[in-house]
Amino acid sequence: MKILVKGGQLVDPSQEINEIRTLYIEDGKIKSYPRGTKELEKDPSIKVIDASGKIVSPGFIDLHVHLREPGFEHKETIRTGCMAAAAGGFTSVVCMPNTNPVNDNASVTEYILLKARTEGVVNVFPVGAITKGQKGEELSEIGEMWEAGCIAISDDGRPVMNSRVMRHAMEYAKAFGLPVISHAEDLYLSSGGVMNEGFTSTMLGLRGIPNASEEVMVARDITLAELTKTHLHIAHVSTAGAVRLMREAKKRGVKVTAEATPHHFTLTDKAVLSYDTNAKVNPPIRSKEDMEAIKEGLNEGIIDIIATDHAPHTEDEKKVEFDLAPFGISGLETALPLALKLVEDGILTLTELIRKLTFNPAQIIKSDRGTLKLGAPADVVIFDPNKTIKVDREKFRSKGKNTPFHGWQLSGQILYTVVGGHIVFPT
Amino acid sequence: MVFERKHILGLEELSSDEIRLILDTAESMKEVSERDVKKVPALKGVTVVNLFFEPSTRTRASFEIAEKRLSADVLNFTPTESSVVKGETLLDTARNLEAMGASVIVIRHAMSGAPWLLARELSSSIVNAGDGFHEHPSQALLDLFTVREVKKEISGLKIVIVGDVSHSRVARSNIWGFIKLGAEVRVVGPPTMIPRDIEKVDVRVYYDIEDALEGVDVVMMLRLQKERQESGLLPSLREYSRFYGLTRERLRLAKEDVIVMHPGPINRGVELSSEVADDVHSVILNQVSNGIAVRMAMLYLVASSGGNA
Repeated sequence: MKILVKGGQLVDPSQEINEIRTLYIEDGKIKSYPRGTKELEKDPSIKVIDASGKIVSPGFIDLHVHLREPGFEHKETIRTGCMAAAAGGFTSVVCMPNTNPVNDNASVTEYILLKARTEGVVNVFPVGAITKGQKGEELSEIGEMWEAGCIAISDDGRPVMNSRVMRHAMEYAKAFGLPVISHAEDLYLSSGGVMNEGFTSTMLGLRGIPNASEEVMVARDITLAELTKTHLHIAHVSTAGAVRLMREAKKRGVKVTAEATPHHFTLTDKAVLSYDTNAKVNPPIRSKEDMEAIKEGLNEGIIDIIATDHAPHTEDEKKVEFDLAPFGISGLETALPLALKLVEDGILTLTELIRKLTFNPAQIIKSDRGTLKLGAPADVVIFDPNKTIKVDREKFRSKGKNTPFHGWQLSGQILYTVVGGHIVFPT
Repeated sequence: MVFERKHILGLEELSSDEIRLILDTAESMKEVSERDVKKVPALKGVTVVNLFFEPSTRTRASFEIAEKRLSADVLNFTPTESSVVKGETLLDTARNLEAMGASVIVIRHAMSGAPWLLARELSSSIVNAGDGFHEHPSQALLDLFTVREVKKEISGLKIVIVGDVSHSRVARSNIWGFIKLGAEVRVVGPPTMIPRDIEKVDVRVYYDIEDALEGVDVVMMLRLQKERQESGLLPSLREYSRFYGLTRERLRLAKEDVIVMHPGPINRGVELSSEVADDVHSVILNQVSNGIAVRMAMLYLVASSGGNA
């Protein structure tokens, strides 16, 4: 497929480009930035997209999604998860290993990649489990998973509580150049908790998860990253204290990066006031002070990327007592409009925002994507940042309709998502 | 004033006028309970289901008597472990009861917020008979009723709530109720049992029971669950009762006409010494009999409210 994207505002932080520029895609690659397009437009085999007044950027990369397959296909499949990604402007997703079976060996990795190649419409990069069965005890066969295509390791959702095991995992991962992604949660401190601990949990009579449960582990893992000199990536930062620890670690030159999710920089724990299980998520949505600190962290570059922690669940699973509902928000299809609010509020420039959705995540997983450099894979997104939309969960491609943003009026609409030179959205 | 609410879920959402209306209605209901024939036809033809997911002898019995005195058709439904094991959800269970004609559902559930889920999804009136650590409106209303009966006026009183406030729905509902009616509320207990940021609702927090008792009109003791020791919040019941148990001696720090309340059942020798439990100050049995009148008022008001017209 050949595509000519004409006259859009091309924003590519990897090359410091932010100007009106036409883009030509051929053979799945970024072929050229043609000046005159008359000849190309005459060629009937070229699909011409008029992008004037729209933003053209590298396709987004989501470093944190749960595709649920294998094992939880009622919540999401690789196919539906990829379709949701495409609808959200994501051309690559990094999927967490908490499937059934757990992605803790090369055969599961190969299965995911095979499914992704045959049924997925975006690039899928699996994360291998740190320990066998995510039990936090014995290391998985990390080398073989790396060979099979894993680009990081993590026991996401079930943190490695044993500090010695975590230390060895970080040391071992270094041999393969894999970053270690930490879901920072001290399970003793968070035990039984279902929401942020604070005034709101006191009022609702729900068990709280204190900020300390995250901060204790962020501090531990930063210390271990320093000891092992391994790249540590902190998933879904939710507290002001974690931002402070990251700031201090980065200042000292520790190899650590971090992500924030749209729900953590958009909502406060008041979102669960009516026992809305669609706002039940781990780590929990926290106080206003925490939310502001995350925005500051994004602004200062302490938080490197925006990731969704897309965690689809069925409606039946969520329509129960708050204590019984699973944690998670379906996030792929609301990420861009929520992130654009950061631009509107002056937290980030559009270029900085796009950098956190493209080039920065690509750097963390050492991918050649996240850029529109000539010769790069043609992963491109075209969006209208000003178009008003109303979030309608019934229209999600994801099987997970579990969003606390249903009915919200936001700005920002994805117009086209192109993966490897093929238009995957709209279908 | 007309009661507009379809449900009574908690005291947090009730206005002071609404609380007063329930208490005033309970006065007339108490009068019914003192007649020879303790029955009025107010809820004739109305089916009320007591849906109790947690064992509770006294609250369920009190609701049942209240319903019968109002001439309602009463169904007690106590889901057993097996129906939970069979996998029926709370909503499915409740929808079944609604299909059988229930128009008021009185629910007791171990998880906070369960009555809100029913209120959102069903068309029946929901009365919360206690949810998790969250609210227990009928208990708080009967406590307010009892205090008002003894002290005439709640505004200006000093109340201290003693014990495991963190895990207490009785405490939360009472805090709202007493604050809304103008009382000063104190809480006292070991710091492991005082919930985060509770002082933000204008409650004074104490860790020393003797300081907390100074000059109070009402002492409300909370029941201590034995499992709190296992979960590491307490070293032992013995130490708890030494530092936070109510003795006759400590009670002297309060006002002379202090009243002592307890939602029951009492752990004698833990929360309060036997002598205090039996003391003249104690209005614990008053609380129990007032409970019926207050629950009659709640049921009557939701069943005949604008929301159900």
